[in-house]
Amino acid sequence: MVGELAPCGRCGYLGLLMTNLGHAVIMTTADIGMDVVEPRREGSPLAEEVLEIDRVSKRYGDVVALSDMAFDVRAGELFGFVGSNGAGKTTTMRIVLGVLAADSGEVRWSGRPINLRSRRQIGYMPEERGLYPKMKAFDQLVYLGELHGLSTADARRSASYWLERLGVAARRDEEVQKLSLGNQQRVQLAAALVHQPRVLVLDEPFSGLDPVAVDVMSEVLRERAAAGVPVVFSSHQLDLVERLCSRVGIVRSGRMVACDEVDRLRAAGPVRLAVNAPQAGPGWTAGLLGVRELDATDGRTVLEIDDGVDDQMVLAAALATGPVREFTRQRPSLAELFRNVVSEEKKS
Amino acid sequence: MTMPGTARTIQLVARRELATRVRSKSFLISTVLIVVLIAVYVLLFSIMGRSSSVKVGLSGQSTGIATQLRTATSALGKQVETSSVGDQTEGEQQLLSGKLDVLVLGALDAPTVVVKSTMDPTVLAALNSLVRQQAIQGVLAQNGLKPTVLDAAENVSVRPKALQPEDPEQGQRTALAYIVGFVLFFSIQTFGVSVAQGVVEEKSSRVVEILLATIRPWQLLVGKVIGIGVAGLLQVVVIAVVGLGLARSSGALTLPDFAVGSIFSALGWYLLGFFLFATLLAAAGSLVSRQEELQSVITPVTLLPVLGFVIGLNLMVSEPNNVTSTVLSLIPLFTPTLMPGRIALGIAPTWQVVLGVLLMLAAIALFSWLGGRIYANAVLRTGARVRLRDALRCAEGR
Repeated sequence: MVGELAPCGRCGYLGLLMTNLGHAVIMTTADIGMDVVEPRREGSPLAEEVLEIDRVSKRYGDVVALSDMAFDVRAGELFGFVGSNGAGKTTTMRIVLGVLAADSGEVRWSGRPINLRSRRQIGYMPEERGLYPKMKAFDQLVYLGELHGLSTADARRSASYWLERLGVAARRDEEVQKLSLGNQQRVQLAAALVHQPRVLVLDEPFSGLDPVAVDVMSEVLRERAAAGVPVVFSSHQLDLVERLCSRVGIVRSGRMVACDEVDRLRAAGPVRLAVNAPQAGPGWTAGLLGVRELDATDGRTVLEIDDGVDDQMVLAAALATGPVREFTRQRPSLAELFRNVVSEEKKS
Repeated sequence: MTMPGTARTIQLVARRELATRVRSKSFLISTVLIVVLIAVYVLLFSIMGRSSSVKVGLSGQSTGIATQLRTATSALGKQVETSSVGDQTEGEQQLLSGKLDVLVLGALDAPTVVVKSTMDPTVLAALNSLVRQQAIQGVLAQNGLKPTVLDAAENVSVRPKALQPEDPEQGQRTALAYIVGFVLFFSIQTFGVSVAQGVVEEKSSRVVEILLATIRPWQLLVGKVIGIGVAGLLQVVVIAVVGLGLARSSGALTLPDFAVGSIFSALGWYLLGFFLFATLLAAAGSLVSRQEELQSVITPVTLLPVLGFVIGLNLMVSEPNNVTSTVLSLIPLFTPTLMPGRIALGIAPTWQVVLGVLLMLAAIALFSWLGGRIYANAVLRTGARVRLRDALRCAEGR
């Protein structure tokens, strides 16, 4: 395989999957008989269903936690929020939920400053999980549903639905503290979903989950996004973020340093070439300008080339050493982009 | 989806708190324990009350002096219960089994008196005087004089006038003052601390972050205080009803109207006291993030009433008109546990009761404002203990 990778294929696949899940959502909400007001049906144009974080800043004494943090999450979008520990992800989410006040800046929902009323329509999963340890899972979900404005009957229906959907229906009458951590996590997600939120803000929803639970969680997030709900979640599992998210924001030291579609971010990253030329000796790239050798093992070399460097020139140099068995143009993965960002942080 | 109003939100929070408390084991255990304690107290009280009466069995001719004997002994300050006995054998059996203390047999002017081991001196004196009277009447009758001449002598007696007459119901009033004071003190402390524990539970489990993304801190606080307060009220009512029933059926209580009145006012005092302490304790609880740290912040709030209660209650029972206990009972922190006791003892003038209530209402308003402010500022700050000064000063997030 020579030339560019074709990420569009996967993109199309993702899109298709989301559409299918969209149908599934409409069926399931009808199934549970809830009076769900989906954003689209309210007659407001889709474009307005946007969660905007506009130049939000926050300091703790001399420590700057956030500095002009800005991004938006649109309807139907899965937004991945990545950054190293202490970069400001949790602080941002807590400000969105109003449990922390920003020093400056504004959070808007559908163009209006967010208030208690609009916050009630957010499903929130805090970083430090929060449920009453001695309350039964089902009772807890019903209570939270009611606090968010559901009638008791609707809250019970919705709680049953989500416990079933997330595979913890058998544990509905157990105290939360007696559940395994993975099951507590599922109940926690159910708590974020029980009131049919119109926005989802999830802090590290995947941490501590087994692979099956990760699949269930991913499916639910895709499904909600497909139903028109803006979903923002933070995670350190970058392969997951790359697979799930349409857009990603990378935070460093309280600032958004990169925020775009995953493929565009990757495309903007440095180009890499993997070359397999068995007869090429060490240092065969030494004479090439703008080309750095990252790794060389068993005749296979990974190179990073500067923008504007012609990869065909490298191919020619490789062919000059003998046969070339592989010549692949690669884009860095999200994990690699992230590492670059973190290492820049260390340098500064 | 509709936006739930403030009333609905507070009701939801309160309902959860109430259900959680009432279903808990500690609620059931403490209710039963207090009822048992009161039952034991009432039982002891009624046994002590009865032991002072002497049971006298009368047989044959002496049955006729039953009324005179009771009158004579009660004039001497001794309660006597009389009963008639078939014959000597039956009476002696009752003496040995302890059903009787004294057995009187035979003719009125020369009766035989049998006891198990010792004779009650008061009963002996009364019997002696009755027998002498009978003998004199016999002599008078033999000499053709009417027995009514004796009545003239009967009506002459010494009647002492007491400067401070003893209230025969004083014992019951004191007992009631103790019980009401104890129950109020216990309930206000227990359920007040329960509020602080509830606040810390929400903080330590971080559920408060989810809750406060939906409702306001004061709504959570008010709902919690009302829910736990109602749970406490329920317990006080159960204790009052069971206690009243026990006391009535055992005969230890002969003042039902008075008791019902003081129990009703106790419910009012409970509410005043609870609301006073609950917001303070909630504020104290919101400063820490772990149950283990709770004791250190609530001790200042809980210890003060203990001192006031112990000192004040003992002072007012031993020395009803003591100035210290009067002053203590007007200080809002002590009023709910001391004033009801003083009312039960009948030593609290109306103006003091009214003043006490007014001062308490003022204190509740002040503490609610202060406690609500501390709570709202501190409840979302997890981790290290929040300094009181920071919680008061900074209006973080709200």
